[in-house]
Amino acid sequence: MVPDLYSMISLQDIHKKFGTVSALQGVSLTVEPGSIHGIIGENGAGKSTLMKILTGFISRTSGTISFENKEVSLQSPQEARDLGIGMLYQEPLDFPQLSVLDNFMAASTDGNPARQRQMLTRLCAKFGFELNPGARQEKLTVGERQQVELMRLIRDQCKVLILDEPTTGISVAQQELLFATLDQLRSEGTAIILVSHKLAEIHSLCDRVTVLRHGKLAGEQERPFNEDGLLQAMFDTLPSKTSPPPQKETGASILTMEQVVTTAGRVGLDRVSIEIHEGEMIGLAGLDGSGQSVFLQMAYGLLQPEQGRVTSPLHEEDLVMRVFLPADRLREGLIAGLSIREHHLLAGNTSFILTGASGRARSEQAINTFSILGNTETTAEGLSGGNQQRLLLSLIPEGARLILLENPTRGLDVQSSQWTWQHLRDRLPEDGAIVFASPDLEEIMEQATRVLVFFNGSIILDRPTDQTSYQEVSRAITGQVEQP
Amino acid sequence: MEISIAVLLAGIAATAAPLVLAALGETLSEKAGVINLSLDGTILLSAMTGFAIAAKYDSIAAGFAAAAGTGMLVALVLAIISIWLGQSQVAVGFALTFLCRDLAYFLGAPFARIPGPQLSGLPIPLLADLPFFGPILFNHSIIVYSSFIAIPLLWWFMYHTPQGLIMRCAGENPEGCWAHGIRPRVVQTIYTLAGGALVGLAGAAFSLATKPGWGRPQGCEGVGWIALALVIFGGWHPLRVAFGAYLFGFLQMLGILLQDSFPAIPAQIFQVAPFPLMIFTLVLVHLGRNSKGNKLFLLRLLSGTPPGGLGKNYRPS
Repeated sequence: MVPDLYSMISLQDIHKKFGTVSALQGVSLTVEPGSIHGIIGENGAGKSTLMKILTGFISRTSGTISFENKEVSLQSPQEARDLGIGMLYQEPLDFPQLSVLDNFMAASTDGNPARQRQMLTRLCAKFGFELNPGARQEKLTVGERQQVELMRLIRDQCKVLILDEPTTGISVAQQELLFATLDQLRSEGTAIILVSHKLAEIHSLCDRVTVLRHGKLAGEQERPFNEDGLLQAMFDTLPSKTSPPPQKETGASILTMEQVVTTAGRVGLDRVSIEIHEGEMIGLAGLDGSGQSVFLQMAYGLLQPEQGRVTSPLHEEDLVMRVFLPADRLREGLIAGLSIREHHLLAGNTSFILTGASGRARSEQAINTFSILGNTETTAEGLSGGNQQRLLLSLIPEGARLILLENPTRGLDVQSSQWTWQHLRDRLPEDGAIVFASPDLEEIMEQATRVLVFFNGSIILDRPTDQTSYQEVSRAITGQVEQP
Repeated sequence: MEISIAVLLAGIAATAAPLVLAALGETLSEKAGVINLSLDGTILLSAMTGFAIAAKYDSIAAGFAAAAGTGMLVALVLAIISIWLGQSQVAVGFALTFLCRDLAYFLGAPFARIPGPQLSGLPIPLLADLPFFGPILFNHSIIVYSSFIAIPLLWWFMYHTPQGLIMRCAGENPEGCWAHGIRPRVVQTIYTLAGGALVGLAGAAFSLATKPGWGRPQGCEGVGWIALALVIFGGWHPLRVAFGAYLFGFLQMLGILLQDSFPAIPAQIFQVAPFPLMIFTLVLVHLGRNSKGNKLFLLRLLSGTPPGGLGKNYRPS
């Protein structure tokens, strides 16, 4: 094949700021026609943001984009569509209440239903999809909804096709069909950009891969890929380790899950069996939405398993024994407009009539022991993120035996994070356990005594942290485990 | 007492005509994702404008045009403040309702209780002489015919044209629209204005036909709220919404007829009764919606899901 002398699309020095937060800092990228270009990186690395800028879905702060060697403004998806740039968004941006055919026809230049139906049937036959044009979109699986969108983009003869995490939440069969389609499109000359965090996908499909980290370009490779190099570029290198987590004697079982199945959340849980013992500090690793959060809600009792069993010696009714600190502190954990004192009043042991002095002593004590920057009347929303977390921690009752935390250091600075971990270590009850989810692998390796790695709703790795490596866990996060 | 079915149906068609227009207008704007809560005030203000202009220039057509313009103007205020400036549609609509109502009474004072033009009947030759169907369908004023035509027209537009599809997409998921290369806010603005025009026509239909004249009260107060409820009752589907409007018309006619049969009961009861009865029907429909499976056919027919993006303002980042 004669190599094309021009690039299909080229991004130069793209910057994007959301308010004061920099999401992208000077990213450049060039994609050739008839190739699949992988974009890989951790959560929050800026992959989706970069792609949405490429379709004009969000505006860029600065930087230039050239399409077929000509500079283009690309300020709206309309412009991108007219150029032939199409994107399959991570969450399908379709119209659930409308029919499959309506979704296929939406925004099409040809509004003839009969012709469009014919076109849809023909494309479905070509790529082996089975879609009923009359069905309501909301009755479809995520994979099928994606297929409708894909057919639409193919009908519009996209020259550049962007897929953002296309394999999240779709079945293996659908994934194979998708990959076959992509392969066919590549051979027809389409430039395909595949955003993923699964190394296996990159290996099996891509010709070239770009690694993003913290909104910056962290590496670029051509086939054949050097996996260690990619992993190193994706994740931050290990800084000097702080003191290792105290390994306590583990005691009796405190929570058992047997073959738990649920469809809640993005991927649900798939036959999860696990036993949590007294004295354990368990870290849940995995990409965002791989089942960690559903697991925590299940352990707390917010969700009931559809199949399987969750058993615990802690009494069902006695919620005081279990505590759950959700990720969104201000929305789910605290009540924005209530003061520190009122939070402590809500937490229990309150007299029948409340006065301005009720709970003052208790909250003052908490403010001192937890070094919260504020007074008894400061509202939760008036506190900084770190102090909100301190307030939440101060509300954990004395007798709690199972403490479940979702991203406990989310949005906290280094100092607050360290304080939080120190507190949790001290707080870990002799007869209890702490389970936390964190997107930060270093944190898990430093703080946990045991790590569980979630991938697509299953636990694919379960090791004591001193018997595994950073390498092994980061590999597992992307879905790769050495079979024993 | 003898009531001919044909006369009763003809009466319903005539009384319900403004309500049909208003409810269809609201359906149009809500199907595109925008709640225009100002309906009741808009109807009153456009009723006043319609009558005042018609009286001043002695032109019914000018009256209707002015009323439609008034409806669009109110809708434009809502569109600018909520769609483009991101303020709550419900809050803005609510404020507009009362603003329009008071404005109507204030500006309309010089026109209160004065004689003015009134839309005359326009029987369609030959067809009007048909037995039974003649009086029901073909012996009305032009605004009643418009309400007849508007129903299938709107249905056809919404479900059988590309523009109708785009409009439903904008109401369903504005973000998705934006991703598809459509400008949802432009689409929403267009249909909010179009809906407002229909609501304006409904106002003039009151002051120039159904309840001719202007005064305080005019007699169309409260109808806007019923129209808003009808859109929900009709599951955001123009045919079902129109059916609901006729049902309300039937309740009103029943009130008038029963009033003669029961002179002992105060007339006010019959005037007010359709409103609680309508609310009662709505409650029934919602109860029917919640119970799974064994829904009555009628209830199943009437229930519907609101457009996914209803009432939310979308702004591309």
